[in-house]
Amino acid sequence: MNEEMITLTIDGVEVKTKKGNTILQAAREIGIDIPTLCFLKEINEVGDCRMCIVEVEGRRGFATSCIQKVEEGMIVHTNTPEVTEARRIVLDLILSNHAKDCLTCTRLGNCELQKLAERFNVQNIEYAGEMSKHEIDDKSPAIVRDFNKCILCRRCVATCKNVQEIGAIDCIGRGFESCISTMYDCSLNDVDCTFCGQCIEACPTGALHEKEVINEVWKKLKDPETYVVVQTAPAVRVALGEEFDMPIGTNVKGKMVTALKRIGFDKVFDTNTGADLTIMEEANEFMERMQGGGVLPMITSCSPGWVRFAEKNYGELLGHLSSCKSPYQMFGALIKSYFAEKYGIARDKICTVSVMPCIAKKYECSRPEMEVDGARDVDYVLTTRELARMIKQANIDFAVLQDSNFDDPMGEASGAGAIFGTTGGVMEAAIRTAVDTLEGKNIDQIEYKEVRGEKGIKEACLKVAGNEVRIAVSSGLANARKLMEQIKEGKSPYHFIEIMACPGGCVMGGGQPIKSAKVRSSVDVRKLRADSLYEIDEKSAIRKSHENPVMKQIYDEYLEKPGSHLAHKYLHTTYHPMKKYDID
Amino acid sequence: MKTIEQIEKIRNEKRKELELRINPEVVTQEKHILVCRGTGCTSSKSPQIIEKFREILAQKNIENVRVIQTGCFGLCAKGPIVVIRPEETFYAHVKPEDCEEIIETHIINGQKVERLLCKNMDGSIVHKLNELDFYKKQKRIALKNCGTINPEEIDEYIAFDGYKALEKVLTGMSQDDVIDVISKSGLRGRGGAGFPTGKKWSFTKMAESDQKYVVCNADEGDPGAFMDRSILEGDPHCVLEAMAIAGYAIGANQGYIYVRAEYPIAVHRLKVAIQQAREYGLLGKNIFGTDFCFDIDIRLGAGAFVCGEETALLESIEGKRGQPRLKPPYPASQGLFGKPTVINNVETLANITKIILNGAEWYASIGTEHSKGTKVFALGGNVNNVGLVEVPMGTTLREIVYDIGGGIPKGREFKAAQTGGPSGGCIPAEHLDTPIDYESLASIGSMMGSGGLIVMDDTKCMVNLAKFYLEFTVAESCGKCTPCRIGTKRMLEILEKLCSGEATEEDIERLEKLAINIKKASVCGLGQSAPNPVLSTLRYFRGEFTEHAVQKKCRTNECKKIAKIQINQDQCKACGLCQKQCPVGAIDGEGREKRTINQEKCIKCGTCIASCPFKAIK
Repeated sequence: MNEEMITLTIDGVEVKTKKGNTILQAAREIGIDIPTLCFLKEINEVGDCRMCIVEVEGRRGFATSCIQKVEEGMIVHTNTPEVTEARRIVLDLILSNHAKDCLTCTRLGNCELQKLAERFNVQNIEYAGEMSKHEIDDKSPAIVRDFNKCILCRRCVATCKNVQEIGAIDCIGRGFESCISTMYDCSLNDVDCTFCGQCIEACPTGALHEKEVINEVWKKLKDPETYVVVQTAPAVRVALGEEFDMPIGTNVKGKMVTALKRIGFDKVFDTNTGADLTIMEEANEFMERMQGGGVLPMITSCSPGWVRFAEKNYGELLGHLSSCKSPYQMFGALIKSYFAEKYGIARDKICTVSVMPCIAKKYECSRPEMEVDGARDVDYVLTTRELARMIKQANIDFAVLQDSNFDDPMGEASGAGAIFGTTGGVMEAAIRTAVDTLEGKNIDQIEYKEVRGEKGIKEACLKVAGNEVRIAVSSGLANARKLMEQIKEGKSPYHFIEIMACPGGCVMGGGQPIKSAKVRSSVDVRKLRADSLYEIDEKSAIRKSHENPVMKQIYDEYLEKPGSHLAHKYLHTTYHPMKKYDID
Repeated sequence: MKTIEQIEKIRNEKRKELELRINPEVVTQEKHILVCRGTGCTSSKSPQIIEKFREILAQKNIENVRVIQTGCFGLCAKGPIVVIRPEETFYAHVKPEDCEEIIETHIINGQKVERLLCKNMDGSIVHKLNELDFYKKQKRIALKNCGTINPEEIDEYIAFDGYKALEKVLTGMSQDDVIDVISKSGLRGRGGAGFPTGKKWSFTKMAESDQKYVVCNADEGDPGAFMDRSILEGDPHCVLEAMAIAGYAIGANQGYIYVRAEYPIAVHRLKVAIQQAREYGLLGKNIFGTDFCFDIDIRLGAGAFVCGEETALLESIEGKRGQPRLKPPYPASQGLFGKPTVINNVETLANITKIILNGAEWYASIGTEHSKGTKVFALGGNVNNVGLVEVPMGTTLREIVYDIGGGIPKGREFKAAQTGGPSGGCIPAEHLDTPIDYESLASIGSMMGSGGLIVMDDTKCMVNLAKFYLEFTVAESCGKCTPCRIGTKRMLEILEKLCSGEATEEDIERLEKLAINIKKASVCGLGQSAPNPVLSTLRYFRGEFTEHAVQKKCRTNECKKIAKIQINQDQCKACGLCQKQCPVGAIDGEGREKRTINQEKCIKCGTCIASCPFKAIK
């Protein structure tokens, strides 16, 4: 390591930092926390909000510390009376055009603007004046946009445009009339938005949030006639604790199950089991396609943001998508059929709730395809954040809860199901099952490290039963687009592709606890959550989906075999090309 | 594709033909009737005047008289303007129906049409253009060809040394020679900031890249400024030639002109000029048979003020939302499409060819110590000679307003002049004798800006003026950074409170504090200069702000909500005229009683003021 270092002085403290670092980074290294608002590391480095301004000696005007690179001998002041006053006025101006209904805001306590107001001890708004008025867009089943709270930091725009490369939203209008909007100012519901929800994760305030269904779920829970079944996705358990001030990535599975039971759910099931089911079906489908000359590469379909993206952008390539429903939908369908029949509960009395790290699943569960014989597979999707709110509402002191186990008969899951929550996990799980099946024996080597990790596109070539199987794993829609363009051009070398809409997979889903820009700058949130899932896998007695006894039970008692007629009825779906913009 | 020799031949032949345009002494039977086809005169029917002249000449079989369209003569207040050469007769306010008389009296009978001649301030009739007071203190370098040549004829441009500078550069100067000459001339950017042009070129030349660009900033956004438009309309080739020279100096082979779509005549002339230059091989590959290749394309702007800011302009050319980039990196290292780019304003470029041909020393001999050459001002507002004036740097405001501008109409008092448009500041009477250059204007709280110069008389309320400019910046803020997006809006709100008598003294302090901080914290020049009109009016006319806040009084009655119209009881003769005119019956008094105004009924329309024969109402 022979990195060039730069020496500069910040607030009288000499600091040596790497060449290429910004003043902001250098200051943070020595414990000087310059306030920021629009800055989102590597995603939105634009210097628009002006909170991070500092004085650099010998330079006219203020420097933008989130962008300005350090220079040798630079003398920086972050807290002179002049810069403090300017920064204070900037914050005052932002607050002057922000709906200050903090007590009733979903981001109460986790709002970067609120934190700054607290830090600056804002007691009154000096420059109060006319405020922008925007209608709330709540047409979509997934995302609510309340731009009365938008501070135009554009972190959402940068995320949508630069990370996901969708560009569903951007700034329209000028000056004070500027606002973030969509093509022709339509609802997000009617444009090319995929409902990945990454914009929500990027938003420092409550301008973007999921469409809450907490009250509807409470209503069902209080209704003695309704049998309410809940299931939780793999990624929820490694993030939920963060909402209760636990370290990022803490596995709170036991406490979560206890909390759900206390809330009053009649059954608490594990979506990991649904994931195992997905593997049974998906591995089977893949093998059939491989052996029967089906459409290849086959692409996973358990990320509804990705599916919506494909339907809106690659309508002609939908044959590549696996027909498997996503795990929680499969599971929901089985709860209302297999489980209902087995326990003699009228299916119309069952309400299925899923706790998901995802925003798009709120949309997915409302898709017309997602019902069998008039029964919705899943009635409500709650995000990890919504579950945390419900736990708080229920007077539950989460941190001190004892652990409980998921309910039977669908409570057991393999380690393969657990890793569904991270990018590469579905592929690894599918390969574990496919390899055993194709080789006709139990293969001990079950960890496929080449599909793990943060890289946007990962690939591997496996030798399976004498054949080459080329696989690719991608997360983030920008990477999905690259792989799809390859297919479109007829140049895709792969047989099997896993695609997740959210960068990093479900652990970084749009429904997960929101991390501030500062935390995102300094902590690898994805890795901490993903590592926790891999640890669950490692510690699991069963690490292959097909070895999960629950699978054997379900197929023996109900579905017969993967790909059977009944399996298709309950566990598979169809896709349809969608108009990118639904504009009249 | 023409060779150097062929161009020289065109130059010599055409020059002989056009000698009468610049030499009143030339002996010739020919006459050229020059008709201004700038935007102002065009909208006052100058195209019909040209048509009419041609029609009459044809009817009368007059052959040695040509009718030529030209660019702006500058004295827009007198438009439509017709100048007849070689005798330099300057006819003002010409209408198509005057053409017959001009031909008959002037062309056929050799007399002047007296009623269309101008008068100087001393009342003397002006027979020749150069006798006009308006032109006496001017020095036209950037505007040299405007009003002299037909901008749509490349040969006419060539006749007056056109493309000679490019030839000189390409055949005998190194890149560094060119930059050296421009540096030594002391030329600074005329777009507003006044950055030394030579330095800009030199930085861009030093930046290493496979591709570089020259961009001409013709996004003249300052309301009231129109020198760039006039140059493009009157002498488009001088900009093209200068861009090619810049391209050679920095190592670029592509130029873009970013021009407002609201300038249709300028855009048309540029298109014609580019086409003609390409046909002559003066743009394109291997210009003058050298290795140098350079071409120019036009990009139309949609009229956002912020797109005059160089980085917002680049964003706009790239097809993105016009909003500024943070600097550094500067365009010299990462400009258009991320490549090193020189961005020069139209007027800056209009000086280049003259500097190359006449030398750095010549140019540097004009102007002040730190501001060399001339500056074009768009003189407007309460001044007699509204128009375009080009004066050496260091000319005082008084000379511009009184000697060139002909003073304030209706014998009113000069109150202030706003330079630099919405980004500039006002200059009060006490600074009338300030020699105008970049530094002096900055030192008195204003700025050169692009050269808008709005004169205001004593009927203008300075609080209202500040509000007017803030309305503009609020509308034109791009919305990118907080201070400009929300801060200017809040400033405007406070100004609105002041103008409606709802503000307190504390509001003035809040306004000032906000203004200072917006200036310091904004991302780009728009936000950084938006508070200038407020800060400069506060500096020189704070008393008026206080009057609005404390006494709820506007001394000019421009602020209608607090205006108080009163009848001076000493001057009222009880004629009752005002009473008859008042549309709302707000004037009390009968017979021989002196009249008074019922303030509750009065709507401050000002009808009574206009109706009073004794000037008793104010």
